[in-house]
Amino acid sequence: MSLHPQGVAQSLPAAAGEQAPARPRSRRWRPARIGIYAFLSTAALFFLLPLYVMIVTSLKSMDEIRGSGIFALPLAATLEPWRQAWSTVCTGAACEGLRTGFRNSVAITVPSTLLPILIGAVNGYALSFWRPRFANLLFGVLMAGAFVPVQVMIYPLVRVMALAGVFGSLPAIVLVHLVFGMPMMTLLFRNYYCSVPQELFQAARVDGAGFWRIFIRIMLPMSLPIIVVAAIIQVTGVWNDYILGLVFAGRENLPMTVQLNNVINTTTGTRLYNVNMAATILTALVPLTLYFASGRWFVRGIAAGAVKG
Amino acid sequence: MKRTLTPYAALLPMFVTVLVGYIGSAVWTLGMSMTASRTFPSSRFIGLAQYQRLFDNERWMLSLHNLAVYGLLFVVACLVIGFLLAVFIDQNVSGEGVLRTVFLYPYAMSFVATGLVWQWLLQPGDGIDSAVRALGWRDFRLDWIVDQDMAIYTVVIATVWQASGLVMALMLAGLRGVDPEIWKAARLDRIPAWRVYLQIVLPMLWPTVATVLLLLATAVVKLYDAVVAMTQGGPGTASEVPAKFIMDHLFLRSNVGLASAGAVVLLVPVLALLAPYAYARSRRAAA
Repeated sequence: MSLHPQGVAQSLPAAAGEQAPARPRSRRWRPARIGIYAFLSTAALFFLLPLYVMIVTSLKSMDEIRGSGIFALPLAATLEPWRQAWSTVCTGAACEGLRTGFRNSVAITVPSTLLPILIGAVNGYALSFWRPRFANLLFGVLMAGAFVPVQVMIYPLVRVMALAGVFGSLPAIVLVHLVFGMPMMTLLFRNYYCSVPQELFQAARVDGAGFWRIFIRIMLPMSLPIIVVAAIIQVTGVWNDYILGLVFAGRENLPMTVQLNNVINTTTGTRLYNVNMAATILTALVPLTLYFASGRWFVRGIAAGAVKG
Repeated sequence: MKRTLTPYAALLPMFVTVLVGYIGSAVWTLGMSMTASRTFPSSRFIGLAQYQRLFDNERWMLSLHNLAVYGLLFVVACLVIGFLLAVFIDQNVSGEGVLRTVFLYPYAMSFVATGLVWQWLLQPGDGIDSAVRALGWRDFRLDWIVDQDMAIYTVVIATVWQASGLVMALMLAGLRGVDPEIWKAARLDRIPAWRVYLQIVLPMLWPTVATVLLLLATAVVKLYDAVVAMTQGGPGTASEVPAKFIMDHLFLRSNVGLASAGAVVLLVPVLALLAPYAYARSRRAAA
């Protein structure tokens, strides 16, 4: 996610609106209530408009798009644009639709979610309980790195990857997602483990349990909530990434976002708006589904990731 | 308790990431910005000549100008819209959950998808433009996206749509944390609600506002995907931004030295933003 909330947070602050509204407000002054609802529904319309236009456009034929307005409902709804977007549209040299991009994005997202979560959990655990020397300084630099534009690091990383012989491959893009996902993942787990009582850790130590044993037997089993939050953040971020996939994934593994942009911005000839919009919805479908399905968890992730003073 | 080496070994990936991925890469970029590197890195030291070239480059100066205009409008619009939405939702309205979902869903979409949808909506002759004309408003024109002077504002509209829900969510969480006693006291003193929000609640929310500002400001500096998807920097070079200038010179125009200088310049506002934040944090930690 380009606008990725990161920074230093307390562990899992309650999501917005999980508490009941604090103060009973007077409902007497009617005109004000009408004003409130008028404002909110206008705003809601503005926010929903692009989604609506995307959907209706993707269901029209090109003739109908030329003939009717952008807001008109489809007269003869067709799924043909969806079929084309999925299996025949040109995403550059190849014309096999977005399904290859979808497959690539899945192949990138799965390891780029699991690996950063695992390493973030180990980092957070080591930082909160073992407190090795210089670790906090290291963590501080890592967090500062989260705010630096990738353009500052991208070319040296390309050279290093080329030197290691992995540039333009699946391992390269996963590794880069690990590097740029690490601040957020480490932060989430560090803050989560900071709220775990130290006594629990001390007791395990007294019993003779070592670093990995405590991590695997005690810490991981109680980390499920934060793992869910971390997974939501990482899946959304990796799936929506454009710039890293473009540079590091290589021609064979280009993610869906890059192929979508190719479909729309590099094709010549008549623009098939209906296919374009179907392709856009298809690409946005995974994070949107995750958002609508996870509801409060998504908001919780945002709140947990946002910098708390 | 005996200290073991295991924690150090466990932190090795983080150590390597910080040392190679962040610090090493940034220093390398800094070094390259002082060389005559073209397609491949060169070790010929030329001092600050690339920076001079950079600031003589019209396209770079235009990028900086665009970034300033974009950044100011984007941050102000997100803050105002996000705060207003949060305040209105906080009025004990029904359907709060639905409203929150509606305002936040664009944030789950990528900048690429966001840019492409708005490109279609703002397409002159097909999009909102002709739809309004069809309503009978014959002289209506909305061709900002192909207008050199207006293209950057279309990027503002699209990204504000994408990001202001985030501000709403964070602000609403902040509002819910305000002590109810304050509202009781304000009601006893008969202070109108809008004044309580502006003069009492908003100042109390400054940590949230600072957070939001930091998030939005870093998003401004990183602005790239949305421009690529929406206008490709056009028409001409009218909506170029620094991040895109750097990418183009790295991978299309084979001018690594110049691009690195641009990247270092981009680092300056980020550090300027982070420094006061880190300072405030360390002071609070010490207190």
